[in-house]
Amino acid sequence: MPIKTYREAINEALLQEMKKDENVVVIGEDVAGGAGTNGEQDAWGGVLGVTKGLLKHFGRERIIDTPITETAIMGMASGAALTGLRPVAELMFVDFMGVCFDQILNQTAKFRYMFGGKAVTPLTIRTMYGGGLRAASQHSQCLYPMFTHVPGIKVVLPSNPYDAKGLLIQSIRDNDPVIFMEHKNLYDTSGDVPDESYSIPFGEANFTREGKDLTFIAMGQTVEICNNVADTLKKEGKTCTVLDLRTLSPLDEDSILEAAEETGKIVIVDESYPRCNVATDISALICQKSFDSLKAGIKMVTPPHTPVPFSPPLEDLYLPSEEKVLNVAKEIL
Amino acid sequence: MQLNREELLKAYEGMCLIREFDDAVHYEFAADAMPGFVHLYVGEEASAMGICMNLNEKDTIASTHRGHGHCIAKGCDVNDMMKELYGKKDGICGGKGGSMHIADLSKGMLGANGIVGGGPPIVLGAALTYKTKKTNNVSVGFFGDGASNQGSISESMNMASVLKLPAIFVCEDNGYAESTAREYAVGGKILDRGKAFGLDSHEVDGDNFFEVYEAAKHVIDNARNGKGPALLHIKTSKVYGHFEGDAISYRTKEENERIKNDEDPLKIFKKKVIEAGLLELTQLENIENESKAKIKKAIQESKEAEFPNANDLLTDVYIKY
Repeated sequence: MPIKTYREAINEALLQEMKKDENVVVIGEDVAGGAGTNGEQDAWGGVLGVTKGLLKHFGRERIIDTPITETAIMGMASGAALTGLRPVAELMFVDFMGVCFDQILNQTAKFRYMFGGKAVTPLTIRTMYGGGLRAASQHSQCLYPMFTHVPGIKVVLPSNPYDAKGLLIQSIRDNDPVIFMEHKNLYDTSGDVPDESYSIPFGEANFTREGKDLTFIAMGQTVEICNNVADTLKKEGKTCTVLDLRTLSPLDEDSILEAAEETGKIVIVDESYPRCNVATDISALICQKSFDSLKAGIKMVTPPHTPVPFSPPLEDLYLPSEEKVLNVAKEIL
Repeated sequence: MQLNREELLKAYEGMCLIREFDDAVHYEFAADAMPGFVHLYVGEEASAMGICMNLNEKDTIASTHRGHGHCIAKGCDVNDMMKELYGKKDGICGGKGGSMHIADLSKGMLGANGIVGGGPPIVLGAALTYKTKKTNNVSVGFFGDGASNQGSISESMNMASVLKLPAIFVCEDNGYAESTAREYAVGGKILDRGKAFGLDSHEVDGDNFFEVYEAAKHVIDNARNGKGPALLHIKTSKVYGHFEGDAISYRTKEENERIKNDEDPLKIFKKKVIEAGLLELTQLENIENESKAKIKKAIQESKEAEFPNANDLLTDVYIKY
């Protein structure tokens, strides 16, 4: 199977869906780049090059560079989805939700319910999240719990190139609004990605490791951390399950409970702020529905309740790491 | 004057129906018969009808919290709307939206909106759909003088200008953002804000249906023909307060009297068409009586209609989940 990066997998999903359906348009800041200049067109292809090359296939009518105007971008994408297009809007960094959340929270997410089931809003919002690039407090957040909190939107966190392609294709074809979250640190990671088009259904978590002694529950970048820790522990004679949630909304509760019950020892690894995050939510779920299966208190590895720091040693202290996860796992093994 | 008798009658029918609808809601709300809160359009009818008579069924509008007039002008069914206001199962949104979220996509009505300045960004999207699919439709975003101070409006006007979208921005300036006067809250002129973004911008007397109609025709025809977005700044006034229950103590008695007596778009329309010999008084009075009867029936049916049930609570969040 061909090896592709996470970035290439996302690009290929967009290319294939745009070829398949002329209603798919890409909207965002510098998604091609160079608009209105005398220099190179498609100069950037997105700030980290994810949409590079689409311009030559689809032109500026479908690869739409916008001003820096997130409210108008999210509103335009929502209105376009409501009236017959299938837009993929880019929110360059998820941190910028602060300037456009109304259009997501109060408009798109609620159209269907408020309008009595008549609205169809096939909108995909692609956005970058996560720390590790020394990008400091306003360009490193996760924030996916805030979207997960809101009924009416689906929240997708691909952890590897294969999932990135299949889940993005599913996001574009899905008729509900979807926020598709790409961890910046994953763009250069590679893996097997078929050339042909395929989709991965939402709400189906993926068991990336299976074991008997402990269960890691992870999402996005933390899946790779947990896989590596599980491999380390295996050498020490302990087998672990790793469950990659893939989508936070819908949430695959059955697989979570199954994974929890198999081992009775749970470590949830979540890069988002520790209060009201995915780890606390899943912990509550397991406690409510599967308390008797627990053999130890549920453990969580998250950052501290602080903004993301800039200085490299501070950011390293802040982020979940293999070392931290391993130490926490050993506390209950 | 380009309107024929049939169109003039349609204009008056629409304005009367809006007037009767919101007057009736005013009394029902005061009698504690209606849940939630409502914002009434009485006094601004010429704006909705003057704009929407230039639109076809595939054109779209996005409205405001003061949206009943826009809904009626765009063809939403008044029975279904009234049932929605009472929170009934057969309401236009199944009782899940209420006054501030009335929508009928089949009529090109993309929703009233509970967020001040929420609609115009959505209108950009409808306009982008028309531009991309090369239909010659337009989309109209209504907002108030209060919303003119929201960043969403500035962002929308700029985006429409940059992408040359068939989007029309209609600022219905009734002089008050809640209890705060335009003179206090708007820096500079609303008209100049449109001009600053390169929009074809016009100030219009919103009490005069004919002036609104002509201005709307000009900018909507242009937008249909690929000439880009425009701003209409419609000076109008509302008879009732921000919401029902507002004592309007921030307005003087004289101002309230002037709005009712001298700035009533229905009276002004009636006087003009009769003096010009375009329509007869009896025709207009018939329309008034028919509107009253329609709304009376709508209220009666709405009161008798069923509420949604427990199963309805959980439906329509997602299409598939």
